[in-house]
Amino acid sequence: MSDEASTTKSYLTPFNIIAGIIVIIGLFITALRFTKGLGAVTNLSDNNPWGIWIGFDLLVGVALAAGGYVTSAAVYIFGMKRYHSAVRPAILTGFLGYALVVVALNYDVGRPWRLPFPFIVQQGTTSLLFEVAACVALYLTVLFIEFTPAAMEWLGLKRARNIVVKLTLLLTIFGVILSTLHQSSLGALFLIAPSKLHPLWYSPYLPVFFFVSSIIAGLSMVIFESTLSHRYFADKMDEAHLKEKDDIALGFGKAASLVLAGYFIIKVIGISEGNNWHLLGTSYGLWFLVELFGFVALPCFLYAVGVREKKLKLIKWTAVLTVLGIIVNRFNICLVAFNWHLPSSERYFPHWMEIGISVFLVTAGLIAFRFIVTRMPILYAHPDYPEEH
Amino acid sequence: MEGTIHTLQEYMFRTETITYILIVIALFAITFFWKFLNGRDDEE
Repeated sequence: MSDEASTTKSYLTPFNIIAGIIVIIGLFITALRFTKGLGAVTNLSDNNPWGIWIGFDLLVGVALAAGGYVTSAAVYIFGMKRYHSAVRPAILTGFLGYALVVVALNYDVGRPWRLPFPFIVQQGTTSLLFEVAACVALYLTVLFIEFTPAAMEWLGLKRARNIVVKLTLLLTIFGVILSTLHQSSLGALFLIAPSKLHPLWYSPYLPVFFFVSSIIAGLSMVIFESTLSHRYFADKMDEAHLKEKDDIALGFGKAASLVLAGYFIIKVIGISEGNNWHLLGTSYGLWFLVELFGFVALPCFLYAVGVREKKLKLIKWTAVLTVLGIIVNRFNICLVAFNWHLPSSERYFPHWMEIGISVFLVTAGLIAFRFIVTRMPILYAHPDYPEEH
Repeated sequence: MEGTIHTLQEYMFRTETITYILIVIALFAITFFWKFLNGRDDEE
């Protein structure tokens, strides 16, 4: 009886209860979406065909999942072995992020069963969407293969695991190429709409902005994820992970600060190239300046101070601010500054069920992350393979 | 009217002039920023 009571109690944690409620609501909306169609659960229209399922789930999801390629490139290509303990959590976050992006796409496209059509029916190789689709599909596969050694160690599949580990460098190079291509292509998607996107956000350099900001997002997400993991899964971390944690925050914080400085410069050059200085005094201009100074210049400075003075708490909070900045940037481009000339009655605001699905997918990601981290060797070295860590 | 752009040549001249000045400022600024970022490491 007491055992039963303790088992029941252990499952009724605040996280489980809240996640359970979100999952039930999410499944209900999912049933509505796939039985009644997009019109029943979204505020999407012909004027606003891309809502938060694209703006948040896809654009933000892909950017924040960039930690995988950023970390594996730093460790395996640039030889920064001191950050090795960050690779597996970053790959896992990236893999779950991209997997949820693909799941979210199934909600967003009108006929999701046609998602494989670009590959098997009509190639449409001149379309940017084809390039994005191909890269995301291939990179999701790469991330899955990069993740499998942890699962194989857990399952005891030594031989298969050793074969996959030998492919690490090849997969990393492939991953970096694919990420460079599709992170920038997501920005390039908006190049087709110069009349719809506000001039301050529209720029011929949008692909460069998206790629550079994805590096910032990846670095900041690794710091953010490492902070959360240390807080909630410290018992799962081995000595190496605990020891390298501060080095990762300092190293990635320094890199993020430098890339943010570069990003700030190219954003200002973007204003200059478009000769849009006069727009900075408008209401959209003020919001643009809030994004530029509040979510780019400020975190750049805070990261620099944190790294210089070795203030880890400051670096960790700056990572949160930077991640928020990436969300603000993608929302601005996809939603706020898009169709800016339309009257407010025709502007898009997400339906509560759209927000519900986004929250549901994030929750599903958290549940999957917790399930994997508590079982597989993500935050610790498996005792059978100590030489790899 | 002063400041009005009539031709593509005028547009390119103005935007490129400002951009090149900004790039020079940015190159100097990033050097100082690099020194600020690594200042403590160098002292150690």
